[in-house]
Amino acid sequence: MSNTGTNDSVTWTSDEMMTVAAARELTNGSVCFVGIGLPSTAANLARATHAPDVVLIYESGCIGAKPEKLPASIGDGVLSESADAVVAVPEIFTYWLQAGRIDVGFLGAAQVDRFGNINTTVVGEYASPKVRLPGAGGAPEIATSCSKVIITLRHSPRSMVEKLDFITSVGHGDGPDARKSLGLRGAGPQAIITDLGILRCDQTTSEFVLTNVHLGVDVADVVAATGWPLRQAKEVEVTPPPTDEELATLRSFEKA
Amino acid sequence: MARFTKLRDAIAEHVHDGDMVALEGFTHLIPFAAGHEIIRQHRKNLTLVRMTPDIIYDQLIGMGCATKLIFSWAGNPGAGSLHRFRDAVENSYPHAIEIEEHSHAGMATGYQAGASGLPFGVLRGYAGTDLASITPTIKWVTCPFTNETLAAVPALRPDVAIICAQQADRDGNVTLWGITGVQKEAVLSSKYSIVLVEEVVDAFLPHTNGVVLPSWVVGDVVVVPRGSYPSYAQGYSDRANNFYAYWELISHDRDQFSTWMDEHVLGTSDHGEFLSSLEPSLLGTIDV
Repeated sequence: MSNTGTNDSVTWTSDEMMTVAAARELTNGSVCFVGIGLPSTAANLARATHAPDVVLIYESGCIGAKPEKLPASIGDGVLSESADAVVAVPEIFTYWLQAGRIDVGFLGAAQVDRFGNINTTVVGEYASPKVRLPGAGGAPEIATSCSKVIITLRHSPRSMVEKLDFITSVGHGDGPDARKSLGLRGAGPQAIITDLGILRCDQTTSEFVLTNVHLGVDVADVVAATGWPLRQAKEVEVTPPPTDEELATLRSFEKA
Repeated sequence: MARFTKLRDAIAEHVHDGDMVALEGFTHLIPFAAGHEIIRQHRKNLTLVRMTPDIIYDQLIGMGCATKLIFSWAGNPGAGSLHRFRDAVENSYPHAIEIEEHSHAGMATGYQAGASGLPFGVLRGYAGTDLASITPTIKWVTCPFTNETLAAVPALRPDVAIICAQQADRDGNVTLWGITGVQKEAVLSSKYSIVLVEEVVDAFLPHTNGVVLPSWVVGDVVVVPRGSYPSYAQGYSDRANNFYAYWELISHDRDQFSTWMDEHVLGTSDHGEFLSSLEPSLLGTIDV
């Protein structure tokens, strides 16, 4: 499996392809609650390219952040100094997130399962973990309160797993009726963007199925890198490669 | 009314072994200088509270000051893991630490309940997660008006809250601006508060989102320039992002960590000496 793609003279890494594909999921004018790490890079790429009017909200309380450099963390000065408003952390989680004002939650993950449930807490047993991960942060309520959720993470059998060691943030639970029975209001995760392709939520089964492979990636590679028997769309499309503008913009980002 | 004092005295008098202590700050205005002073004074058996425990909590845990952590996200923001925290949880080194784990929304709700004098707070959260099954302080209540099931968390009521702010005036009123996190709620939910400020001014300028804590809800005010380093104080200093990357290397190894803490924290008498002990390249920039 190659970690780069190429299209005539242009070459990109699989991480760049993932970020570009994730950025394309954000529509102009939508209100997006941005998770730490990969989602933040993708959200800022969207704002710098096709979605100049996207409203970026960070859990540090920054509403309408327009950073000129990529924030190195979720509470950087480049966010608060460029925001339309900065509110306290309890307010961002209540009046803004919990009240249902956010269109898209954009989350990273250490592990996901076929129903888009997320683990960012532990690998192994909770009481005696093999790896202690950072924990929940804002994700559990982002995953339930936004109109929809997009997840982005690197694809491997260890990250795309048959069974999560811990459900930190709920996607579609154990299947189609789970969100309804839990009383959750948003539609939950709709797309998982990885460095190999795109999985989308089947509206009947709530299971994530492969709809796209990135240019140069074989379907068999994605199946091999997925810890559950991965279903495929009838026609798996090839993701359009990064445009010159997308790549140039992404590469121009410096961290603050 | 707030009392102006020295950091050493504030910690000596108001942070006791076994206390529940919240050193709050959300990336911005993190009270590192106070955490270092707690380490210098060898406090033990603390219950540490913080939404986003980062490097200063890694240091407190690694130095054996804490027996319990109440938190919602424990990491080195933008750089990696908290290796001393992980060593405590994964390997019980230097000793085991109890953890009580929430989401950010749950922690914020607990602080709001504490600040409001309520026994608990409610939120639409935790449904479908395993957090609800492993954290005994997450329970469910039924709305008496709509019958909706909602999550409940108990009020957080720390013995001491410690925060950083940009300024105090001469009466001990405090103002902070930029990302203000949950600091106001932390102060108002706690039995006592210690506020580190960059400077004392004659009068505050109005800021677009400035928070003002009146002198009579503030315990001690301590002037500690760059007291939030390597975090930042908007208008005074920028975040020293390279220190966070550097910590990823230092904290990885137990002996290296101990040596570093001996030299830079235990081996210095106050925050000024601590800053002087660091390589200049780690110090970041100060706003003019």
